[in-house]
Amino acid sequence: MASKVRQKRIAQLISHEKRLDGRELTDYREVQLETGLIERAEGSARVRLGKTEVLVGVKFEMGEPFPDTPNEGVLTVNAELVPLASPTFEPGPPDERSIELARVVDRGIRESKAIATDELVIEPGKKVFVVFVDVYVLNHDGNLIDASSLAALAALLNTKMFNYEVKEGEVKIKPGYKPLPIRNYPIAVTLAKFNDKLVVDPGLDEEEVMDARLTITVEKDGKICAIQKGGYGHFTAEQVVEASKIARQKSEEQRKLVVKE
Amino acid sequence: MSQKKPEKLIDENDIRLDGRKFNEMRPTKIEVGILANADGSAYIEQGKNKILAAVYGPRETHPKHLALPDRALLRSRYHMAPFSVQERKSPAPSRRELELSKVIRESLEPSIFTEYYPRTSIDLFIEVLQADGGTRCAGITVASVALADAGIPMRDLISACAAGKVEGRLVLDLTDVEDKAGEADMPLAYQPSANAITLLQMDGMLTGEEFEQAVNLAMEGCKQVSQIQKDALRAKYTVAKEGEGEKEETEEGEEE
Repeated sequence: MASKVRQKRIAQLISHEKRLDGRELTDYREVQLETGLIERAEGSARVRLGKTEVLVGVKFEMGEPFPDTPNEGVLTVNAELVPLASPTFEPGPPDERSIELARVVDRGIRESKAIATDELVIEPGKKVFVVFVDVYVLNHDGNLIDASSLAALAALLNTKMFNYEVKEGEVKIKPGYKPLPIRNYPIAVTLAKFNDKLVVDPGLDEEEVMDARLTITVEKDGKICAIQKGGYGHFTAEQVVEASKIARQKSEEQRKLVVKE
Repeated sequence: MSQKKPEKLIDENDIRLDGRKFNEMRPTKIEVGILANADGSAYIEQGKNKILAAVYGPRETHPKHLALPDRALLRSRYHMAPFSVQERKSPAPSRRELELSKVIRESLEPSIFTEYYPRTSIDLFIEVLQADGGTRCAGITVASVALADAGIPMRDLISACAAGKVEGRLVLDLTDVEDKAGEADMPLAYQPSANAITLLQMDGMLTGEEFEQAVNLAMEGCKQVSQIQKDALRAKYTVAKEGEGEKEETEEGEEE
């Protein structure tokens, strides 16, 4: 917890459009990205957003499709707030915070149709690939949603699928790999609200002082594909619209860090 | 729910499957104070949605270490009955229900003067008896009325309503079929007196312009909801005035 003096200082500075670490209100912290660092995983990425650190691993399994989507593979996102990442994380079953984190990351990937799930079908209605995206938070210094979403996208872009053929319902693995088919690049942008000010990428100290946060996930063509408000405060209608505009600008910037075209 | 997806959700006269216009809410009815044991309770029917909410507290916090020194602890549970949907839902809380419990709590807390009751807890229970899309919004709406019925001091009622996009059109208050087959669903909770949006979620695909329109459409819906909430509270407490007030028995109170 930041001390009361520090909290007051943060709020004061933001009311004058300044931040404790010298960033502009719409600046992200520096992003460092590494991919493919876990060889056992089909895809992996580590994102450092300032001191926030998130590792994402992608694994495949074979499973059944959902009854209402027999011709699509399955996406499963899970998030672990590992106890070594923060004094406020405790061992045990996932709590509300980790479930919300996983579901917001999931929503961005799912609603933007980032993964070509129709190419993950082995036998329609019976056998498909299940893509597990596991978000592992290693150090919590605020804005886990953006760091995790970015790491998840980077990990998916890094993911390799083994080649296979189907003989009489049996899947046989063949040598060689191909990249997981990715069609869209969702980027989550989180803004914190302090009275009449909106601040991009809140750090942990700022999260302790903010009224509320709003995450807006933007896909590659600038459409909004997911939104999540969090925290006990509120936004005005004007702020929500303003936030969507900032998010659309910032998402383009952030996307360039992951997607090299 | 595994209803068959109809070919068209909006006909050539811009009328939706259930006969509504694009900006029309489902018929909504709220009853106040229908559970005898709870400190406050309410029931909502919004289209086919049937949802109960009950409030216990402010009361002593258990376990004690959770108590907050400067305000009341608001706890909430959103839960769906196994028979509330087409395919039986396991009664164990799902990840979806846990997330909704959290966002519902965060949407209601800004309206409550929790600082009046330090060290206590206010426990809110929302049970979805039948679901047909938009249950988190109806849940927030009915929970806010239950909080008022419990006599908990609030800045205003919180009203919630979703807007979304179906077959290229922005529509208000989506049903389950419209949500599943449509392009976007955006639940929003609103406190009219403070112009405060206290819940905002979206999944689907909207352009910036559509998003702005959808926010305005949902807020219009919330204003209608707000009126229904106030009417429901007035209906209960105008009758109650003659007796002792607060917690008199009603016939429906025995049903649970």
